[in-house]
Amino acid sequence: MLELHDITAGYDRKAPVVRNASLTVAPGEAVGLLGPSGCGKSTLARVAALLHRPESGTLLLDGEPVRHWRHRAPRDLRTAIGVVFQQPRLSADPRLRLIDLIAEPLRATGRRDEVPDRITELTPAVGLTPDLLDRRPHEVSDGQLQRACLARALVLRPRWLICDEMTAMLDASTTAALVAAVENYRAATGAGLLAVGHDQTLLRRWCDRLLHWDEVAAAGMGKLPRASGLREPSVVPPAT
Amino acid sequence: MRVSVALVGGIVLAVLLVPPLVQLDQQAVDLGAKLLPPSWSHPFGTDDLGRDLLLRCIYGLRVSLLVGVAAALTATVIGTAVGATAGALGGWVDRGVMRVVDTVASVPHLLLGIFIVAMFRPGLWPVVVSVALTHWLSTARIVRAEVLSLRSHPYIDAAVSGGASRWRVAVRHLLPAVLPQAALAAALMVPHAMWHESALSFLGLGLPTHMASLGNLIQDARGSLLAGQWWPTLFPGLFIIVPTLAIAGLAGAWRERINPRRRSELML
Repeated sequence: MLELHDITAGYDRKAPVVRNASLTVAPGEAVGLLGPSGCGKSTLARVAALLHRPESGTLLLDGEPVRHWRHRAPRDLRTAIGVVFQQPRLSADPRLRLIDLIAEPLRATGRRDEVPDRITELTPAVGLTPDLLDRRPHEVSDGQLQRACLARALVLRPRWLICDEMTAMLDASTTAALVAAVENYRAATGAGLLAVGHDQTLLRRWCDRLLHWDEVAAAGMGKLPRASGLREPSVVPPAT
Repeated sequence: MRVSVALVGGIVLAVLLVPPLVQLDQQAVDLGAKLLPPSWSHPFGTDDLGRDLLLRCIYGLRVSLLVGVAAALTATVIGTAVGATAGALGGWVDRGVMRVVDTVASVPHLLLGIFIVAMFRPGLWPVVVSVALTHWLSTARIVRAEVLSLRSHPYIDAAVSGGASRWRVAVRHLLPAVLPQAALAAALMVPHAMWHESALSFLGLGLPTHMASLGNLIQDARGSLLAGQWWPTLFPGLFIIVPTLAIAGLAGAWRERINPRRRSELML
C-alpha cells in the first residue's frame, strides 16, 4: 500500500500548497488524481515519490512510515517508486544520450551489468527505435523523449509508478502508446499506479479509481483560487 | 573578434617559439648599449643595463601569461568547488560558505593579495597563490547561483528518484552543466590575473626583480622615464594592454555566444 495521510506540504511554510491531503493506492491498483492546474496535485505527487518533504502528515509505504525524503531516504525506498514528469525537456539531462538517460538509474545504483539487457527489453516496450538511442534530448521530439523518460522510470522495476501529467504535452497516439506501455508493465509486474492529471476522459479510461482533488485535500481550508497555468504557486503571492 | 583571434594566436606563438628559437640571453648585459632608443637592431630599444627590450618584453609576457593562466585556473577550480558545494548541499552549509565568501570579498582584493604575497619569499608561485586566493569569489558566486537554479530541475528529481547519491548528482549532472560558465569565468580572469601580477611586481612585491615580468619591466623603467627615455615604459605597457584586451575580447565574444541575453556577473 502507498498511503498518504493528512499531508500538508508546500514551498512556503506560511502558505502550504497542499493541505491535509490523504489518499491510498493498493498494490496493483491504478488511481487517477484529477485536479485543476495549480491546485497542488504535482506537489502531492512529489511527496509520494519521496522528492519533497511534507511539513506534516505521514506517508506509509507497505505499512512502513517514511521518515526521510530525497537523498536522506534510503535508496531502496526511492527506487521502489518510478516517476514520470510532465515536461520531458526539463526532466532529461540535456547532455545525456537517450541510452545513457535510460541506463542512468542502473549505473547510479551499481547495476551496470544489467544495462544491455534492460535497454533491449525496454526500447521496444516504450516504442523507441534503436537509432534514437544515440541521440541527445534536443535531437528527438517531445513524444520520443517522454518515451525515454518512461523507460528510465521503469528501468529499476519499481513497485509503484507515479505519472505526473505524463501525457499532458503529447498527441493522442503517443498518449495511447505511453499508457499502453505503462499498463503492460503493470500487467507484468503488478505495480501500483498513481496517475495525476486534469484530463478526465483519459484518467477515467486508464485508472481503476478516480479521485477528485476536492475529495483528497481538505475542503474549506481556505484554499485560494490561483491563476491557471502557473506551475509554481509559491512564486505568486495568494490574492487577497 | 578576428583581430582578437589573430592577436592571441600571435602572442601564444611568440611566447612559445621565440625563446627556444632565437637562443639569445635576455639577461645579457651590455653597458655600452644602455638606454638606446628603438632602432633596427633593437626594435624596442634597450634598458638601463643594455638589455634588449623586445626580448625582455617577450620573456615578460611569457611569465605574465603563465602567472595569469595558472592563477585563473586555480581560482576557477577553488571557486567551482566552493560554489558547487554550497549550492548542492544548501541549508546551513550554503549560508555559512556564502558568508565566508562575503567576508573575504569585503576586503579590497589587491590589499589582500599584497598581504598574501608578503608572507612568502618573492617568486612566481606566491604571486599565483595570491591572485588565485583573491579571485575565486566571483566564480564561487556564479557557480552557486547556477547550481541552485539547476537543483530544482525535474531532471535532478529524476536522478534522485533513480537512486543517485549526492555525489553522483553533483558529478554527473551538476558539474557538467556549470562547466561552460566556469570555463568562461576562467578565461575572463586571465587578463585580470595578469594585471594583478603586473601590479604586484610593480610594487616590488611580486616576482624577483631579475625575472622579466611586465610589471618588473615597468618598475625598472620608472627612473628612465623621468630622464626622458620613454621606450622602456611604453613597450612593456603596450605588452600588458594589448594581450589582455585581446584575451578579454575573445572571452567576451564567447560569453555572448553561450548566454546572449544575460550579462555575466564577472566584469573586467
